[in-house]
Amino acid sequence: MGMTTVEKILASHAGLDRVIPGQLIEARVDLVLANDITAPIAIKEFREAGARKVFDRERIVLVPDHFAPNKDIASAEQCRIMREFAVEQSLKYYFEVGEMGIEHALLPEQGLVLPGDIVIGADSHTCTYGALGAFATGVGSTDVAAAMITGEAWFKVPETIRFVYKGTLQPWVSGKDLILYTIGDIGVDGARYKAMEFSGEALAALSVESRLTMANMAIEAGAKCGIFNPDAKTIQFVRERTSRGYTVYESDRDAHYAEVREYDVSSVEPQVSFPHSPANTRPVSAAGTIPINQSVIGSCTNGRIEDLRSAAQVLKGRRVASGVRLIIIPATQAIYKQALKEGLFEIFLDAHAVISTPTCGPCLGGHMGILAKGETAIATTNRNFVGRMGHPESRVFLSNPAVAAASAVLGRIASPEEL
Amino acid sequence: MELKGKIWKFGDNVDTDAIIPARYLNTSDPAELARHCMEDADPAFPGTVKKGDIIVAGANFGCGSSREHAPIAIKAAGVACVIAKSFARIFYRNAFNMGLPILECPEAFDSVAEGDEVSVSLASGEISVPAKGVKLKARPVPEFMQSLLNAGGLMSYVKKKARL
Repeated sequence: MGMTTVEKILASHAGLDRVIPGQLIEARVDLVLANDITAPIAIKEFREAGARKVFDRERIVLVPDHFAPNKDIASAEQCRIMREFAVEQSLKYYFEVGEMGIEHALLPEQGLVLPGDIVIGADSHTCTYGALGAFATGVGSTDVAAAMITGEAWFKVPETIRFVYKGTLQPWVSGKDLILYTIGDIGVDGARYKAMEFSGEALAALSVESRLTMANMAIEAGAKCGIFNPDAKTIQFVRERTSRGYTVYESDRDAHYAEVREYDVSSVEPQVSFPHSPANTRPVSAAGTIPINQSVIGSCTNGRIEDLRSAAQVLKGRRVASGVRLIIIPATQAIYKQALKEGLFEIFLDAHAVISTPTCGPCLGGHMGILAKGETAIATTNRNFVGRMGHPESRVFLSNPAVAAASAVLGRIASPEEL
Repeated sequence: MELKGKIWKFGDNVDTDAIIPARYLNTSDPAELARHCMEDADPAFPGTVKKGDIIVAGANFGCGSSREHAPIAIKAAGVACVIAKSFARIFYRNAFNMGLPILECPEAFDSVAEGDEVSVSLASGEISVPAKGVKLKARPVPEFMQSLLNAGGLMSYVKKKARL
Protein backbone atom coordinates (compact mmCIF):
# COMPACT_ATOMS: atom_id res chain seq x y z
CA MET A 1 0.00 0.00 0.00
CA GLY A 2 1.17 3.51 -0.75
CA MET A 3 1.75 6.33 1.69
CA THR A 4 0.36 9.83 2.07
CA THR A 5 2.54 12.94 1.84
CA VAL A 6 2.52 13.28 5.63
CA GLU A 7 3.51 9.64 6.14
CA LYS A 8 6.39 10.01 3.66
CA ILE A 9 7.73 13.15 5.32
CA LEU A 10 7.55 11.61 8.78
CA ALA A 11 9.19 8.35 7.62
CA SER A 12 12.04 10.21 5.91
CA HIS A 13 12.79 12.24 9.03
CA ALA A 14 12.63 9.20 11.31
CA GLY A 15 15.05 7.22 9.16
CA LEU A 16 12.36 4.68 8.30
CA ASP A 17 11.24 3.23 4.98
CA ARG A 18 7.61 3.52 5.94
CA VAL A 19 5.35 4.47 8.82
CA ILE A 20 1.73 3.64 9.54
CA PRO A 21 -0.92 5.74 11.30
CA GLY A 22 -0.81 5.30 15.07
CA GLN A 23 2.92 4.54 15.11
CA LEU A 24 4.98 6.58 17.57
CA ILE A 25 8.22 7.88 16.12
CA GLU A 26 11.03 10.23 17.00
CA ALA A 27 11.84 12.41 14.02
CA ARG A 28 14.46 14.98 13.09
CA VAL A 29 13.00 18.48 12.76
CA ASP A 30 14.13 21.04 10.19
CA LEU A 31 12.91 24.12 12.02
CA VAL A 32 11.82 24.96 15.58
CA LEU A 33 9.73 28.09 16.19
CA ALA A 34 8.55 30.01 19.23
CA ASN A 35 7.17 33.48 19.96
CA ASP A 36 7.19 36.00 22.82
CA ILE A 37 4.40 34.13 24.65
CA THR A 38 5.75 30.60 24.34
CA ALA A 39 9.54 31.04 24.10
CA PRO A 40 10.10 32.23 27.69
CA ILE A 41 8.76 28.93 29.09
CA ALA A 42 10.84 26.95 26.58
CA ILE A 43 13.97 28.92 27.47
CA LYS A 44 13.38 28.29 31.18
CA GLU A 45 13.03 24.54 30.53
CA PHE A 46 16.14 24.60 28.32
CA ARG A 47 18.18 26.18 31.11
CA GLU A 48 16.73 23.99 33.87
CA ALA A 49 17.72 20.90 31.87
CA GLY A 50 21.32 22.13 32.03
CA ALA A 51 21.59 22.63 28.27
CA ARG A 52 24.23 25.06 27.06
CA LYS A 53 23.88 25.18 23.29
CA VAL A 54 21.00 24.77 20.89
CA PHE A 55 21.40 21.88 18.43
CA ASP A 56 21.71 24.21 15.42
CA ARG A 57 21.72 28.01 15.52
CA GLU A 58 20.29 28.16 11.99
CA ARG A 59 17.25 25.98 12.70
CA ILE A 60 15.62 27.90 15.53
CA VAL A 61 13.35 30.85 14.78
CA LEU A 62 12.18 33.29 17.45
CA VAL A 63 9.64 35.99 16.62
CA PRO A 64 8.31 38.62 19.03
CA ASP A 65 4.93 39.09 17.39
CA HIS A 66 2.11 38.44 19.88
CA PHE A 67 2.41 41.24 22.42
CA ALA A 68 5.07 43.16 20.47
CA PRO A 69 5.87 45.97 19.98
CA ASN A 70 5.81 45.50 23.76
CA LYS A 71 2.30 46.28 24.98
CA ASP A 72 3.18 46.56 28.67
CA ILE A 73 6.03 46.01 31.10
CA ALA A 74 5.35 42.30 31.58
CA SER A 75 5.33 41.76 27.81
CA ALA A 76 8.54 43.73 27.50
CA GLU A 77 10.15 41.36 30.01
CA GLN A 78 9.03 38.33 27.99
CA CYS A 79 10.48 39.83 24.80
CA ARG A 80 13.70 40.61 26.64
CA ILE A 81 14.10 36.98 27.78
CA MET A 82 13.74 35.86 24.17
CA ARG A 83 16.05 38.54 22.78
CA GLU A 84 18.81 37.77 25.28
CA PHE A 85 18.57 34.07 24.52
CA ALA A 86 18.80 34.77 20.77
CA VAL A 87 21.95 36.84 21.29
CA GLU A 88 23.51 34.33 23.69
CA GLN A 89 22.90 31.44 21.26
CA SER A 90 23.83 33.51 18.16
CA LEU A 91 20.54 32.50 16.57
CA LYS A 92 20.48 33.34 12.88
CA TYR A 93 16.71 33.85 12.79
CA TYR A 94 15.63 36.18 15.53
CA PHE A 95 13.46 38.92 14.05
CA GLU A 96 13.54 42.16 16.02
CA VAL A 97 10.72 44.69 15.79
CA GLY A 98 11.40 46.40 12.46
CA GLU A 99 12.14 43.08 10.76
CA MET A 100 9.45 41.20 12.65
CA GLY A 101 6.17 40.09 11.18
CA ILE A 102 3.44 37.70 12.26
CA GLU A 103 5.40 34.45 12.42
CA HIS A 104 3.29 32.36 10.04
CA ALA A 105 3.31 35.06 7.38
CA LEU A 106 7.00 35.80 7.99
CA LEU A 107 8.56 32.34 7.75
CA PRO A 108 7.18 31.44 4.30
CA GLU A 109 7.96 34.95 3.05
CA GLN A 110 11.59 34.64 4.22
CA GLY A 111 11.96 31.25 2.51
CA LEU A 112 12.52 29.47 5.83
CA VAL A 113 10.05 26.66 5.11
CA LEU A 114 10.33 24.33 2.14
CA PRO A 115 8.38 21.35 0.81
CA GLY A 116 9.19 18.14 2.66
CA ASP A 117 10.37 19.92 5.83
CA ILE A 118 9.24 19.11 9.36
CA VAL A 119 8.52 22.27 11.34
CA ILE A 120 7.37 22.36 14.94
CA GLY A 121 6.32 25.58 16.58
CA ALA A 122 5.06 26.57 19.99
CA ASP A 123 2.08 28.18 18.34
CA SER A 124 -0.97 26.27 17.20
CA HIS A 125 -1.06 27.98 13.80
CA THR A 126 2.30 26.48 12.86
CA CYS A 127 0.15 24.21 10.67
CA THR A 128 0.10 27.11 8.14
CA TYR A 129 3.27 25.82 6.42
CA GLY A 130 1.47 22.71 5.21
CA ALA A 131 0.43 24.92 2.29
CA LEU A 132 4.01 24.54 1.02
CA GLY A 133 4.01 20.75 1.32
CA ALA A 134 5.78 20.70 4.68
CA PHE A 135 4.69 18.73 7.76
CA ALA A 136 4.19 21.54 10.25
CA THR A 137 2.46 21.27 13.58
CA GLY A 138 1.88 23.19 16.78
CA VAL A 139 3.39 21.90 20.01
CA GLY A 140 3.94 23.27 23.50
CA SER A 141 6.88 25.10 24.99
CA THR A 142 8.34 21.96 26.57
CA ASP A 143 8.43 20.26 23.16
CA VAL A 144 10.29 23.29 21.81
CA ALA A 145 12.76 23.17 24.70
CA ALA A 146 13.44 19.50 24.00
CA ALA A 147 13.81 20.07 20.25
CA MET A 148 16.17 23.02 20.79
CA ILE A 149 18.46 20.56 22.61
CA THR A 150 18.10 17.42 20.49
CA GLY A 151 16.82 18.58 17.09
CA GLU A 152 14.13 15.92 17.40
CA ALA A 153 10.50 15.56 18.44
CA TRP A 154 8.16 12.65 19.08
CA PHE A 155 5.07 12.21 16.94
CA LYS A 156 2.18 9.84 16.62
CA VAL A 157 1.78 9.29 12.89
CA PRO A 158 -1.67 10.73 12.11
CA GLU A 159 -4.32 9.25 9.90
CA THR A 160 -5.08 11.48 6.92
CA ILE A 161 -8.44 12.76 5.73
CA ARG A 162 -8.42 13.83 2.09
CA PHE A 163 -10.53 16.82 1.11
CA VAL A 164 -11.25 17.24 -2.61
CA TYR A 165 -12.54 20.60 -3.82
CA LYS A 166 -14.17 20.61 -7.27
CA GLY A 167 -15.72 23.32 -9.39
CA THR A 168 -15.05 27.03 -9.82
CA LEU A 169 -14.99 29.66 -7.09
CA GLN A 170 -17.65 32.36 -7.00
CA PRO A 171 -16.59 36.03 -6.89
CA TRP A 172 -15.28 37.12 -3.46
CA VAL A 173 -14.80 33.51 -2.38
CA SER A 174 -11.28 32.74 -1.15
CA GLY A 175 -9.32 30.06 0.67
CA LYS A 176 -10.71 31.50 3.91
CA ASP A 177 -14.25 30.70 2.85
CA LEU A 178 -13.35 27.16 1.82
CA ILE A 179 -11.70 26.40 5.15
CA LEU A 180 -14.54 27.98 7.16
CA TYR A 181 -17.00 25.97 5.06
CA THR A 182 -15.00 22.79 5.71
CA ILE A 183 -14.76 23.39 9.47
CA GLY A 184 -18.48 24.14 9.48
CA ASP A 185 -19.01 20.76 7.85
CA ILE A 186 -16.77 18.58 10.04
CA GLY A 187 -16.76 20.54 13.31
CA VAL A 188 -14.02 21.78 15.63
CA ASP A 189 -12.93 18.22 16.39
CA GLY A 190 -13.75 16.78 12.97
CA ALA A 191 -10.08 16.16 12.20
CA ARG A 192 -8.82 15.74 15.75
CA TYR A 193 -5.35 14.09 15.78
CA LYS A 194 -5.56 13.71 11.99
CA ALA A 195 -3.87 15.30 8.97
CA MET A 196 -6.07 17.23 6.53
CA GLU A 197 -4.86 16.80 2.95
CA PHE A 198 -6.28 19.51 0.71
CA SER A 199 -6.61 18.73 -3.00
CA GLY A 200 -8.70 19.18 -6.14
CA GLU A 201 -8.99 21.41 -9.19
CA ALA A 202 -10.50 24.32 -7.27
CA LEU A 203 -7.37 24.51 -5.09
CA ALA A 204 -5.01 24.27 -8.07
CA ALA A 205 -6.51 27.63 -9.06
CA LEU A 206 -5.85 29.15 -5.61
CA SER A 207 -2.83 31.35 -4.93
CA VAL A 208 -0.18 30.11 -2.49
CA GLU A 209 -1.39 32.84 -0.11
CA SER A 210 -4.95 31.52 -0.10
CA ARG A 211 -3.56 28.02 0.50
CA LEU A 212 -1.60 29.32 3.49
CA THR A 213 -4.91 30.65 4.84
CA MET A 214 -6.53 27.23 4.47
CA ALA A 215 -3.71 25.25 6.08
CA ASN A 216 -3.56 27.89 8.85
CA MET A 217 -7.01 26.95 10.11
CA ALA A 218 -6.57 23.15 10.03
CA ILE A 219 -6.06 23.40 13.80
CA GLU A 220 -9.56 24.85 14.11
CA ALA A 221 -10.86 21.42 13.05
CA GLY A 222 -8.56 19.84 15.65
CA ALA A 223 -6.09 18.64 13.01
CA LYS A 224 -2.44 17.87 13.61
CA CYS A 225 -1.61 19.48 10.28
CA GLY A 226 -3.06 20.62 6.98
CA ILE A 227 -1.11 19.79 3.86
CA PHE A 228 -1.12 20.48 0.12
CA ASN A 229 0.86 18.45 -2.41
CA PRO A 230 3.29 20.96 -3.96
CA ASP A 231 2.66 22.13 -7.53
CA ALA A 232 4.30 24.60 -9.94
CA LYS A 233 2.96 27.55 -7.90
CA THR A 234 4.51 26.16 -4.71
CA ILE A 235 7.87 25.60 -6.37
CA GLN A 236 7.89 29.09 -7.86
CA PHE A 237 6.99 30.57 -4.47
CA VAL A 238 9.88 28.88 -2.64
CA ARG A 239 12.41 29.30 -5.45
CA GLU A 240 11.88 33.07 -5.39
CA ARG A 241 12.86 33.03 -1.72
CA THR A 242 15.65 30.53 -1.11
CA SER A 243 18.24 28.34 -2.76
CA ARG A 244 18.16 25.68 -0.02
CA GLY A 245 17.55 22.15 -1.31
CA TYR A 246 14.31 20.32 -0.67
CA THR A 247 12.42 17.14 -1.48
CA VAL A 248 8.89 17.07 -2.79
CA TYR A 249 6.76 14.29 -1.33
CA GLU A 250 3.40 13.47 -2.82
CA SER A 251 0.69 11.07 -1.76
CA ASP A 252 0.66 7.79 -3.67
CA ARG A 253 -2.41 6.92 -5.70
CA ASP A 254 -3.01 3.92 -3.48
CA ALA A 255 -2.35 5.76 -0.22
CA HIS A 256 -4.79 4.92 2.56
CA TYR A 257 -7.09 7.67 3.83
CA ALA A 258 -9.24 7.56 6.94
CA GLU A 259 -11.88 9.32 4.87
CA VAL A 260 -12.31 11.21 1.61
CA ARG A 261 -14.68 14.19 1.49
CA GLU A 262 -15.61 15.98 -1.72
CA TYR A 263 -17.03 19.46 -2.07
CA ASP A 264 -18.36 21.29 -5.11
CA VAL A 265 -17.21 24.85 -4.43
CA SER A 266 -19.29 26.36 -7.26
CA SER A 267 -22.19 27.00 -4.90
CA VAL A 268 -20.09 28.09 -1.88
CA GLU A 269 -20.64 31.73 -0.88
CA PRO A 270 -18.39 33.82 1.34
CA GLN A 271 -18.73 32.32 4.82
CA VAL A 272 -19.14 33.87 8.26
CA SER A 273 -18.41 31.97 11.49
CA PHE A 274 -20.76 33.06 14.25
CA PRO A 275 -19.79 33.22 17.92
CA HIS A 276 -18.38 31.31 19.67
CA SER A 277 -17.03 28.62 17.39
CA PRO A 278 -15.21 28.65 14.03
CA ALA A 279 -17.49 25.74 13.08
CA ASN A 280 -20.61 27.87 13.50
CA THR A 281 -20.60 28.94 9.85
CA ARG A 282 -23.29 30.42 7.64
CA PRO A 283 -23.20 31.88 4.14
CA VAL A 284 -22.91 35.67 4.39
CA SER A 285 -26.31 36.04 2.68
CA ALA A 286 -27.88 34.23 5.65
CA ALA A 287 -26.13 36.34 8.31
CA GLY A 288 -29.13 38.56 8.99
CA THR A 289 -28.71 42.09 10.36
CA ILE A 290 -25.77 42.16 12.73
CA PRO A 291 -24.45 45.65 13.56
CA ILE A 292 -20.70 45.79 14.27
CA ASN A 293 -18.46 48.08 16.32
CA GLN A 294 -15.16 46.97 14.85
CA SER A 295 -13.65 45.24 11.83
CA VAL A 296 -10.15 43.75 11.92
CA ILE A 297 -8.28 42.82 8.76
CA GLY A 298 -5.00 41.04 9.44
CA SER A 299 -3.51 38.09 11.41
CA CYS A 300 -1.56 34.98 10.38
CA THR A 301 -4.73 33.86 8.62
CA ASN A 302 -5.44 36.90 6.43
CA GLY A 303 -2.76 39.59 6.73
CA ARG A 304 -0.96 38.92 3.46
CA ILE A 305 -0.79 41.26 0.44
CA GLU A 306 -3.55 39.42 -1.43
CA ASP A 307 -5.82 40.00 1.58
CA LEU A 308 -5.01 43.71 1.71
CA ARG A 309 -5.60 44.04 -2.03
CA SER A 310 -9.00 42.39 -1.63
CA ALA A 311 -9.91 44.78 1.20
CA ALA A 312 -8.70 47.77 -0.83
CA GLN A 313 -10.82 46.72 -3.80
CA VAL A 314 -13.87 46.94 -1.56
CA LEU A 315 -12.81 50.10 0.29
CA LYS A 316 -11.70 52.17 -2.69
CA GLY A 317 -13.68 55.40 -2.81
CA ARG A 318 -15.75 54.36 0.21
CA ARG A 319 -15.78 55.29 3.87
CA VAL A 320 -16.13 53.26 7.06
CA ALA A 321 -19.61 53.62 8.61
CA SER A 322 -19.97 56.10 11.43
CA GLY A 323 -19.27 54.48 14.79
CA VAL A 324 -17.25 51.58 13.34
CA ARG A 325 -13.49 51.15 13.84
CA LEU A 326 -11.63 49.49 10.97
CA ILE A 327 -8.17 48.21 11.96
CA ILE A 328 -5.89 46.93 9.21
CA ILE A 329 -2.73 45.05 10.15
CA PRO A 330 -0.29 44.06 7.40
CA ALA A 331 1.32 40.84 8.62
CA THR A 332 4.97 41.63 7.84
CA GLN A 333 7.21 44.60 7.08
CA ALA A 334 7.53 43.47 3.45
CA ILE A 335 3.74 43.30 3.10
CA TYR A 336 3.48 46.72 4.76
CA LYS A 337 5.95 48.18 2.29
CA GLN A 338 4.30 46.52 -0.70
CA ALA A 339 0.86 47.81 0.34
CA LEU A 340 2.31 51.29 0.72
CA LYS A 341 3.92 51.06 -2.72
CA GLU A 342 0.71 49.89 -4.37
CA GLY A 343 -1.23 52.83 -2.93
CA LEU A 344 -3.39 50.65 -0.69
CA PHE A 345 -2.62 52.77 2.37
CA GLU A 346 -4.11 55.81 0.71
CA ILE A 347 -7.30 53.88 0.04
CA PHE A 348 -7.37 52.66 3.66
CA LEU A 349 -6.67 56.09 5.13
CA ASP A 350 -9.24 57.77 2.90
CA ALA A 351 -11.74 55.17 4.10
CA HIS A 352 -10.89 56.19 7.69
CA ALA A 353 -9.22 52.90 8.60
CA VAL A 354 -6.22 52.77 10.91
CA ILE A 355 -3.12 50.86 9.83
CA SER A 356 -1.06 49.07 12.45
CA THR A 357 2.48 47.81 12.50
CA PRO A 358 2.65 43.99 12.19
CA THR A 359 1.43 42.23 15.36
CA CYS A 360 -0.94 39.43 16.39
CA GLY A 361 -2.43 42.12 18.65
CA PRO A 362 -6.24 42.02 18.74
CA CYS A 363 -6.63 38.49 17.32
CA LEU A 364 -6.02 36.99 20.76
CA GLY A 365 -7.21 39.97 22.78
CA GLY A 366 -3.67 41.23 23.32
CA HIS A 367 -3.67 44.87 22.25
CA MET A 368 -4.41 47.20 19.28
CA GLY A 369 -8.18 46.82 19.24
CA ILE A 370 -9.67 45.16 22.32
CA LEU A 371 -13.46 44.89 22.57
CA ALA A 372 -15.55 46.34 25.40
CA LYS A 373 -18.43 44.53 27.09
CA GLY A 374 -21.24 43.92 24.63
CA GLU A 375 -19.26 44.93 21.54
CA THR A 376 -19.24 43.03 18.26
CA ALA A 377 -16.41 42.65 15.76
CA ILE A 378 -15.99 41.02 12.40
CA ALA A 379 -12.43 39.81 11.89
CA THR A 380 -10.36 37.98 9.33
CA THR A 381 -8.69 36.13 12.20
CA ASN A 382 -9.07 32.46 13.09
CA ARG A 383 -10.85 32.11 16.44
CA ASN A 384 -14.05 33.52 17.89
CA PHE A 385 -14.04 31.81 21.29
CA VAL A 386 -15.59 33.56 24.31
CA GLY A 387 -13.44 36.57 25.23
CA ARG A 388 -11.01 35.99 22.36
CA MET A 389 -10.76 39.68 21.38
CA GLY A 390 -11.50 41.26 24.73
CA HIS A 391 -14.36 41.28 27.20
CA PRO A 392 -15.95 37.85 27.83
CA GLU A 393 -19.27 39.39 26.82
CA SER A 394 -17.99 40.66 23.45
CA ARG A 395 -18.52 38.78 20.19
CA VAL A 396 -16.31 37.97 17.20
CA PHE A 397 -17.53 36.88 13.76
CA LEU A 398 -14.96 35.43 11.33
CA SER A 399 -14.84 36.15 7.61
CA ASN A 400 -12.59 36.85 4.62
CA PRO A 401 -11.07 40.34 4.10
CA ALA A 402 -13.60 41.47 1.48
CA VAL A 403 -16.53 40.71 3.78
CA ALA A 404 -14.77 42.38 6.73
CA ALA A 405 -14.19 45.48 4.58
CA ALA A 406 -17.76 45.57 3.25
CA SER A 407 -19.08 45.14 6.78
CA ALA A 408 -16.98 48.09 7.97
CA VAL A 409 -18.50 50.26 5.23
CA LEU A 410 -22.10 49.23 5.90
CA GLY A 411 -21.78 49.03 9.69
CA ARG A 412 -23.22 45.53 9.76
CA ILE A 413 -22.12 42.12 8.55
CA ALA A 414 -22.40 42.33 4.78
CA SER A 415 -21.23 40.90 1.48
CA PRO A 416 -19.23 43.11 -0.93
CA GLU A 417 -22.06 42.37 -3.40
CA GLU A 418 -24.31 44.65 -1.33
CA LEU A 419 -22.19 47.74 -1.99
CA MET B 1 -1.29 7.25 42.58
CA GLU B 2 -4.74 7.49 44.24
CA LEU B 3 -6.57 10.81 43.99
CA LYS B 4 -9.71 11.91 45.79
CA GLY B 5 -11.47 15.16 45.08
CA LYS B 6 -14.58 17.13 44.27
CA ILE B 7 -15.75 17.33 40.67
CA TRP B 8 -16.01 20.48 38.57
CA LYS B 9 -17.88 19.86 35.33
CA PHE B 10 -17.33 21.62 32.02
CA GLY B 11 -18.87 20.79 28.63
CA ASP B 12 -17.52 20.03 25.14
CA ASN B 13 -14.80 21.97 23.33
CA VAL B 14 -13.41 23.82 26.36
CA ASP B 15 -10.84 25.99 24.58
CA THR B 16 -7.52 27.31 25.83
CA ASP B 17 -8.89 30.87 25.91
CA ALA B 18 -11.47 29.62 28.43
CA ILE B 19 -8.80 27.79 30.44
CA ILE B 20 -6.53 30.83 30.55
CA PRO B 21 -7.52 33.94 28.57
CA ALA B 22 -4.73 35.35 26.39
CA ARG B 23 -4.97 38.70 28.16
CA TYR B 24 -3.05 37.07 31.02
CA LEU B 25 -0.29 35.58 28.86
CA ASN B 26 2.13 38.41 29.53
CA THR B 27 3.41 36.18 32.31
CA SER B 28 4.14 32.49 32.73
CA ASP B 29 4.08 32.62 36.54
CA PRO B 30 1.95 29.59 37.57
CA ALA B 31 0.40 31.29 40.62
CA GLU B 32 -0.68 34.31 38.57
CA LEU B 33 -2.10 32.09 35.80
CA ALA B 34 -3.98 30.02 38.41
CA ARG B 35 -5.73 33.17 39.64
CA HIS B 36 -7.50 33.43 36.26
CA CYS B 37 -7.92 29.75 35.41
CA MET B 38 -11.34 29.06 33.76
CA GLU B 39 -12.62 32.49 34.80
CA ASP B 40 -14.46 33.20 31.52
CA ALA B 41 -16.17 29.79 31.66
CA ASP B 42 -17.01 29.94 35.39
CA PRO B 43 -16.06 33.12 37.27
CA ALA B 44 -16.42 31.26 40.60
CA PHE B 45 -13.83 28.63 39.68
CA PRO B 46 -10.50 30.34 40.44
CA GLY B 47 -11.72 31.59 43.83
CA THR B 48 -13.31 28.38 45.06
CA VAL B 49 -11.39 25.47 43.49
CA LYS B 50 -9.63 23.43 46.17
CA LYS B 51 -6.37 21.55 46.02
CA GLY B 52 -7.11 18.03 44.84
CA ASP B 53 -10.33 18.87 42.95
CA ILE B 54 -10.89 17.13 39.65
CA ILE B 55 -12.21 18.49 36.36
CA VAL B 56 -14.56 16.29 34.33
CA ALA B 57 -15.29 17.57 30.83
CA GLY B 58 -16.83 16.62 27.51
CA ALA B 59 -15.12 16.11 24.15
CA ASN B 60 -12.09 17.96 22.74
CA PHE B 61 -10.94 19.50 26.03
CA GLY B 62 -8.16 22.09 25.53
CA CYS B 63 -8.81 22.91 21.89
CA GLY B 64 -7.33 26.02 20.32
CA SER B 65 -3.97 27.46 21.17
CA SER B 66 -0.73 25.60 21.94
CA ARG B 67 -0.19 27.63 25.11
CA GLU B 68 1.34 25.44 27.79
CA HIS B 69 0.03 28.09 30.15
CA ALA B 70 -3.28 26.16 30.00
CA PRO B 71 -2.15 22.94 31.74
CA ILE B 72 0.16 25.05 33.94
CA ALA B 73 -2.80 27.17 35.12
CA ILE B 74 -4.94 24.10 35.83
CA LYS B 75 -2.17 22.38 37.75
CA ALA B 76 -1.27 25.51 39.71
CA ALA B 77 -4.95 26.03 40.60
CA GLY B 78 -4.65 22.77 42.51
CA VAL B 79 -6.55 20.51 40.11
CA ALA B 80 -5.24 16.98 40.57
CA CYS B 81 -6.47 15.50 37.32
CA VAL B 82 -8.60 16.24 34.24
CA ILE B 83 -10.95 13.53 32.96
CA ALA B 84 -12.55 14.17 29.57
CA LYS B 85 -14.37 12.34 26.80
CA SER B 86 -11.41 13.34 24.60
CA PHE B 87 -8.59 15.88 24.50
CA ALA B 88 -7.38 18.23 21.78
CA ARG B 89 -3.99 16.98 20.65
CA ILE B 90 -1.67 19.83 21.64
CA PHE B 91 -3.24 20.00 25.11
CA TYR B 92 -2.86 16.21 25.46
CA ARG B 93 0.80 16.46 24.48
CA ASN B 94 1.46 19.41 26.78
CA ALA B 95 -0.19 17.72 29.76
CA PHE B 96 2.11 14.71 29.50
CA ASN B 97 5.16 16.84 28.78
CA MET B 98 4.67 19.07 31.84
CA GLY B 99 3.09 16.54 34.19
CA LEU B 100 -0.64 17.28 34.55
CA PRO B 101 -2.42 13.93 34.96
CA ILE B 102 -5.18 13.48 32.38
CA LEU B 103 -7.47 10.56 31.65
CA GLU B 104 -9.68 9.82 28.67
CA CYS B 105 -12.98 8.30 29.72
CA PRO B 106 -15.96 8.85 27.38
CA GLU B 107 -18.48 7.58 29.95
CA ALA B 108 -17.42 9.77 32.89
CA PHE B 109 -19.16 12.98 31.87
CA ASP B 110 -22.66 11.51 31.86
CA SER B 111 -22.11 9.43 35.00
CA VAL B 112 -21.08 12.14 37.44
CA ALA B 113 -22.39 15.49 38.68
CA GLU B 114 -20.63 18.66 39.74
CA GLY B 115 -19.68 18.45 43.41
CA ASP B 116 -19.52 14.62 43.50
CA GLU B 117 -16.60 13.15 45.44
CA VAL B 118 -14.57 11.05 43.02
CA SER B 119 -11.69 8.64 43.48
CA VAL B 120 -9.20 8.13 40.68
CA SER B 121 -6.37 5.66 40.37
CA LEU B 122 -3.86 7.02 37.89
CA ALA B 123 -2.09 3.67 37.70
CA SER B 124 -5.13 1.54 36.87
CA GLY B 125 -7.34 4.24 35.32
CA GLU B 126 -10.18 3.36 37.69
CA ILE B 127 -12.63 6.18 38.34
CA SER B 128 -15.30 5.79 41.02
CA VAL B 129 -17.98 7.83 42.75
CA PRO B 130 -18.74 5.64 45.81
CA ALA B 131 -21.86 7.61 46.84
CA LYS B 132 -23.46 6.80 43.47
CA GLY B 133 -22.01 3.35 42.98
CA VAL B 134 -20.31 4.58 39.79
CA LYS B 135 -17.24 2.59 38.70
CA LEU B 136 -15.56 3.37 35.39
CA LYS B 137 -12.28 2.68 33.68
CA ALA B 138 -10.34 5.24 31.66
CA ARG B 139 -8.64 4.35 28.40
CA PRO B 140 -5.14 2.97 29.01
CA VAL B 141 -2.29 5.47 28.65
CA PRO B 142 -0.21 4.62 25.52
CA GLU B 143 3.09 2.93 26.30
CA PHE B 144 5.26 5.79 25.05
CA MET B 145 3.34 8.33 27.12
CA GLN B 146 3.69 6.03 30.12
CA SER B 147 7.46 5.96 29.61
CA LEU B 148 7.47 9.78 29.48
CA LEU B 149 5.56 9.85 32.77
CA ASN B 150 7.86 7.27 34.31
CA ALA B 151 10.89 9.29 33.26
CA GLY B 152 9.36 12.32 35.03
CA GLY B 153 8.20 14.22 31.95
CA LEU B 154 9.69 15.03 28.56
CA MET B 155 12.63 17.11 29.84
CA SER B 156 13.89 14.31 32.11
CA TYR B 157 13.61 11.94 29.16
CA VAL B 158 15.54 14.36 26.95
CA LYS B 159 18.19 15.01 29.60
CA LYS B 160 18.91 11.33 29.80
CA LYS B 161 19.00 11.04 26.04
CA ALA B 162 21.22 14.09 25.51
CA ARG B 163 23.39 13.02 28.49
CA LEU B 164 22.96 16.38 30.23
